[in-house]
Amino acid sequence: MTTKDILQTQAEAAVVPTAKDNGSLPLLSIRNLDVWFELRRWGFGVAGYVRAVENVCFDLHQGEAIAVVGESGCGKSSLMKTILGLHRPTRGEVIFRGQNVAGLRGHQLKAYRAQVGYIQQDPFGALPPFMSIQRILEEPLIINGWKDPARRRERIRQALEEVKLTPVDDFLAKFPHMLSGGQQQRVVIARAMILNPSLIVADEPVSMLDASVRVEILKLLRSLQAAHNVAVIYITHDLSTVRYFSERIFVMYAGRIVEKAPVDRLLRNPRHPYTQALLAATSDPDARNAEVFREVPPGEPPSLVAPPTGCRFHPRCAHCIDGLSNVQDPPEIEVEPGHLVSCWLYR
Amino acid sequence: MIPTNGNQPTLLKTENLTLHFRTGRGVVRAVDGVDLELHANEAMVVLGESGCGKSSLAKALLRLLPRNVHAYSGRVLLEDHNVMLLNEEAFRKQVRWVKMSMVPQAAMNALNPVLRVGDQVAEPVIVHNGLRKEEALLQARKMFQHVGVPADFLNRYAFELSGGMRQRVAIAMSLVTMPRLVILDEPTSALDVLTQANIMNVLKRIKKELGISYILITHDIATSSELADRVAVMYAGQVVEVSDAARFFTRPLHPYSQKLMASVPKLHGNQEPDFITGQPPSLFDLPAGCRFAPRCPARFARCGQPPPLIEQNGRRARCWLYAPDRRDP
Repeated sequence: MTTKDILQTQAEAAVVPTAKDNGSLPLLSIRNLDVWFELRRWGFGVAGYVRAVENVCFDLHQGEAIAVVGESGCGKSSLMKTILGLHRPTRGEVIFRGQNVAGLRGHQLKAYRAQVGYIQQDPFGALPPFMSIQRILEEPLIINGWKDPARRRERIRQALEEVKLTPVDDFLAKFPHMLSGGQQQRVVIARAMILNPSLIVADEPVSMLDASVRVEILKLLRSLQAAHNVAVIYITHDLSTVRYFSERIFVMYAGRIVEKAPVDRLLRNPRHPYTQALLAATSDPDARNAEVFREVPPGEPPSLVAPPTGCRFHPRCAHCIDGLSNVQDPPEIEVEPGHLVSCWLYR
Repeated sequence: MIPTNGNQPTLLKTENLTLHFRTGRGVVRAVDGVDLELHANEAMVVLGESGCGKSSLAKALLRLLPRNVHAYSGRVLLEDHNVMLLNEEAFRKQVRWVKMSMVPQAAMNALNPVLRVGDQVAEPVIVHNGLRKEEALLQARKMFQHVGVPADFLNRYAFELSGGMRQRVAIAMSLVTMPRLVILDEPTSALDVLTQANIMNVLKRIKKELGISYILITHDIATSSELADRVAVMYAGQVVEVSDAARFFTRPLHPYSQKLMASVPKLHGNQEPDFITGQPPSLFDLPAGCRFAPRCPARFARCGQPPPLIEQNGRRARCWLYAPDRRDP
């Protein structure tokens, strides 16, 4: 057996659904992760750092769905890209099945990426316009050593059926521009699922879609997640879609996770003042909304180059404790089992 | 009961407003016979999904037409004057930005990067009202106050402002000539949740302070309820329902509106959101009868005929279900 053959058998073996993990070892473990970007002055010399992600810790188990919620610029995309192995951690570790992702090179990195699917925000931008759907879905299989064209075709058909792009033959020869937004996003999902990954990172998968299609795509993702026991990290700014999708929710603000909780508990009883503000600003359709002004914390998220000391939210927070919140970083406090808040109010 | 502005005078009325485009593939019927009525100091929401013609409706109202117009007809009565009869020069001088202005989609990203934002906001007053620059800047400063932008931002450039601030500047620009009606095309779609809530607060306050009317074009039902006095739903180039907000958000009439409302994920309550099967028809090739019929759960024999807007207790729906002579189950 040559090395290539071994790789191929490995790749094909990975397609067989793995037995459900009993939860002993997390699939993905993020340990004290910092991701900083250098700001260059005149091309050399460091002028400062953008502290995109700071001190993020969490475990994700096989088959679990979590949501990361935050506003633009809060570092959720940097976190996601570090998990995908596109950015290197400045400090801390991303550990996937016991292996540090930052240390992976060459075919190990390739094998890791085959285990992690990525669903992009803008389906039209994510699909190459000059490739047919068949070609788009075949590419990852070819790259990962599926040699037999008949088996590749079979897998592509299977993947398209799973995302309900049927009859499959109508779609194989089409190009992305011939599909509607919802159909394009299904192709993106099929591509992310085609190597049967154990982790999917979905970056705002429905924010570019119309309301009536959004729910359909979320339900599809949810059913695929359950059917294949895949772990999903769902990144979004829209709190109202989260409860239909994930079990746990992490709220990010200015590079840090400020609250971690099961979805229902967070929506019913948010503890961090920032989470409370987010929930208060999100409305359900109701004509009475027009009569009231919404309470919004003053100011805007801080610059990540020179973030405020102490709690990052303190300049906007009505409950700021002077001499504490603005000086010391808040510790992560477990207010209820499984509900963690980084806020001095609960010390 | 929420006070509607039914006793306010009519500000804008469209009759059979039509805007068709000519393309390589045929004629796109983007706005296909729209009848709307808007009162003074009223906010009307035009709800619809992408491609339903809602942005084209805004363009048709302000006569901001591209070159490939195939048909542009109907009546637009602004304070009882049919502005469709005005020539381009008169329309520019008397209507556009004088009585009716607009915050276009993604306006905050379309600010001129090399002009100070104060100068940009002042420009319409200089052009339309013939004010000198100092006076115009004073007016701009007043508008900045209304939308909640600090006065010293007048001297800043667009790149120095955050998204929310730039959107406020775009709103100030639409208000600076004191129009009666502002058309807002997706004013919050690219903004964060907290910024969105802020902008909606600003719009609510301005409506009270300046007594102006809005046409808010959006696909976001939850956000639209923050401002709406009345709601018009568009589907495939037509208005399919017009209703007061109170009754619309509790019980929409048209099956499409009902499905659309059911598709909204809710923060509270246990109702699972649903989706609409199928896709909207192509605007090149519309069904002969009701345009929603192919996707409609309540479809019956009569749907092969195009339904008119049928009156139902002061609301209107383009659906045969509400025909007075209806006998089918």
